[in-house]
Amino acid sequence: MSRIVGIDLGTTNSLVAYVDETTRLPRIITDADGRPLLPSVVAFTPDGIVVGDAARRQLARRPADTVYSVKRLMGRGFDDVKDEARYLPFRILPGEGLVTLAVGGREVTPPEVSAAILKALKERAERHFGEAVEKAVVTVPAYFNDAQRQATKDAGRIAGLDVVRIVNEPTAASLAYGLHRLSEGVIAVYDLGGGTFDVSILRVKDGVFEVLATNGDTHLGGDDLDRVLALWLLEDIAVRHHAELDRDCVDLARDPEAMQELRLAAEAAKIRLSGEERTTLTIPFAGFTYRREITRGELERLIEPLVARTLGPARRALADAGLTAADIDQVVLVGGSTRVPLVRRRVQELFGKAPHSQLNPDEVVALGAAVQAHILAGGITDMLLLDVTPLSLGIESLGGIVNVLIPRNTTIPTSAREMFTTSVDGQTLVDLHVVQGERELAKDCRSLGRFELRIDPMPAGMPKIEVTFLIDANGILQVQAKEQRSGKAASIEVKPTYGLAEAEVARMIEESFTYAEADVETRMLIEARNEADTVLVHAGRALTQGAHLVAADERAGIEAAVASLRTAREGSDRDRIHEATTAVNRATEHLAEVLMDAALKGALGSRRATEILGEP
Amino acid sequence: MVFSGEATLRKNFFEVFGLPRKLAVDAAELQRQFYALAREHHPDFHQAAPPDERARVEETSALVNAAYRTLRDPIARVDYLVRLEEGRETREGDAARLTAPPALLQEMFEIQEALAEAKTGALDDTTRATLGEQRAALSARLAEEEARLTGPLSARWDAASPADRAAVLAAFKDALATRAYLRTVIDDLSKALGEETEGRGSAGATRTKGGTGGDVGAPRQSTEGVGEATEGRHGSAEATRTKGGTGGHVGAPRQ
Repeated sequence: MSRIVGIDLGTTNSLVAYVDETTRLPRIITDADGRPLLPSVVAFTPDGIVVGDAARRQLARRPADTVYSVKRLMGRGFDDVKDEARYLPFRILPGEGLVTLAVGGREVTPPEVSAAILKALKERAERHFGEAVEKAVVTVPAYFNDAQRQATKDAGRIAGLDVVRIVNEPTAASLAYGLHRLSEGVIAVYDLGGGTFDVSILRVKDGVFEVLATNGDTHLGGDDLDRVLALWLLEDIAVRHHAELDRDCVDLARDPEAMQELRLAAEAAKIRLSGEERTTLTIPFAGFTYRREITRGELERLIEPLVARTLGPARRALADAGLTAADIDQVVLVGGSTRVPLVRRRVQELFGKAPHSQLNPDEVVALGAAVQAHILAGGITDMLLLDVTPLSLGIESLGGIVNVLIPRNTTIPTSAREMFTTSVDGQTLVDLHVVQGERELAKDCRSLGRFELRIDPMPAGMPKIEVTFLIDANGILQVQAKEQRSGKAASIEVKPTYGLAEAEVARMIEESFTYAEADVETRMLIEARNEADTVLVHAGRALTQGAHLVAADERAGIEAAVASLRTAREGSDRDRIHEATTAVNRATEHLAEVLMDAALKGALGSRRATEILGEP
Repeated sequence: MVFSGEATLRKNFFEVFGLPRKLAVDAAELQRQFYALAREHHPDFHQAAPPDERARVEETSALVNAAYRTLRDPIARVDYLVRLEEGRETREGDAARLTAPPALLQEMFEIQEALAEAKTGALDDTTRATLGEQRAALSARLAEEEARLTGPLSARWDAASPADRAAVLAAFKDALATRAYLRTVIDDLSKALGEETEGRGSAGATRTKGGTGGDVGAPRQSTEGVGEATEGRHGSAEATRTKGGTGGHVGAPRQ
């Protein structure tokens, strides 16, 4: 199986990792300058799309065209994010379904922005390996719903990556710890990232990582801590500098560049206050410079209510696991926001034991994703992850009540079967509204989509439609329907409420090529090497199988061509690789025919010719 | 690896674990077996298989997971056994009417009165205290019922001769119905007291638990006569069965 990398697609930073074959340990792939983190910032400039540090540097200069924290918008509708949108410097367009952003003179959806980040990570990995990388395990917050997971998968496809598995972030972190034999027993993973919060309770035993319960808040993270501090600073500036502000008729709150400066300064101050008791902020504005000292105590008073919001989900996860804090053997901290001392104190109080974080909380999720990738590639066989679905899945029934089919915290994969019938004679369409959430009324839950089953007309109540709801190992729903009397599979049309239709994804894949700032030369070199590798493998097999069937000089010719292709492949001259590849193909043409003949005559026993020659 | 899921897919939950249809289950051994089966059938280890085989692996894995979830919970285990014995692998016809157990009728009448009152206005301290006491009493009764179900009744099943089994099954059904009823009323009381958190569907809870329904629990509620929502040819879906405890809000079997 081809190489699979592990990707942590974070709110603030993203990373890509792999498991080193010799050490059998996961490693982060750094950029050319040795930096492990790729800021999850995407700038839409007239010259194309810029991702990472370069984009982050222009956040304050081009706020309207530079998208950050796009993860918070994944799989969401305008109504979900409109409160938050007030604080975002880029435009979010009102409308139905999945949100759309207007940036850099075009309209993009969150999966497309995420795709730009994934693509940058893919290219980083390809440069590292010198070969194409097409498969990835991508992590998501455990509390992500179906639409948010699907949006992440779509982002992968748009980026040209086959997302072979979606893994929950806290679970991935536990895999990384587990690999280092740092944890056994009952583990609580507290994961406070840039924009999302998760808590998972796992039992780790004999290499099996069984998630017992998970809970969280997909709209709570470091971004929110920064925001409360920035808003507090804004008020302070209004008080201290009202003279200058009045004089210049400036309203900072309406100035995206100033607000972005403020946010970045708040974030930097928050980070400094994790290590120091007090720090001084200096922010240069147009008519004046704002300078003040802030203490850790002041920051803690501001963020206390947000930190307190994490405790409810943590208690619910414990309750769902049927455990109390005393049953927890170890507490693991994940996510950059767990560096905040107040967070550590509250976690320690809740679980009654000191949390540990031997592995870098910024990197541990990506390392775990790499471990899961290695499991899927067959490189690890003694570890097994059994995850759960975070939210109950149900269908809307009469009166708008939710009929729960799969309760939350059920081990996945899991399935449920239900029978449906029609209520009107000749009814040909049965409409199922699938929702996710813990509330009793469908309107209070998250609408995932509508499934329209088409059946042949029959009298009311006659059809027996068996619908199977399967939540796969990615936590993504698949629906199948069969009409039992006819035995015919009912066709299902899926209308995702907050997702992309198949045609839209296809269009975005097209567009991503048009807009890509991709390094075309590198890509073509990689492709040339891949082709060379394929040809080398086939030539090697043909020689082993059929060397005795051809003359010695022909054999020598093939060997020479193979040797020169091997040399060319190590270099970076694409044309030379192409020529050498063609030469090997030409040199082995006759041998291939001979082998084909031999295969037809049964001279090679039961082996199929294609097994030796490769697929045509 | 040879795929053995095909045969597994036709097994019932007890057979998945190679267990007899008995209710005494060694929890540690069940977990050990589950881990072994999960390893064998998990999609993670069948990534290279062709798509149709992978789909079967997923189904088998889902079955193993469901079997473990059900058998490790002593009450879900009883509930499943009842369905299996009655030849209902699905929950069709499960719509046990939520009627008050005769022994509780008088108490229930009072509780319903208090609940109805609570609905019309704010709770005064006396009503609140009464509701709280009633809930505590019902919770104790529920614990008792569950203990009876998983203790002596379960033991009776394991010891029963084939001729005695019908009687034990009937006792199981009564106990399960009482339990579903109690849970629903307790939920309603909690709701009236404003103490409902995220209510529904905790871990290990089975789909047959009571209390998933909205405003159920009134003894007068019946499961009959589901309103037929007719929206022309695009009629709405109607589930043809319900789970115990939802009190028939969800499409009851067509009469």
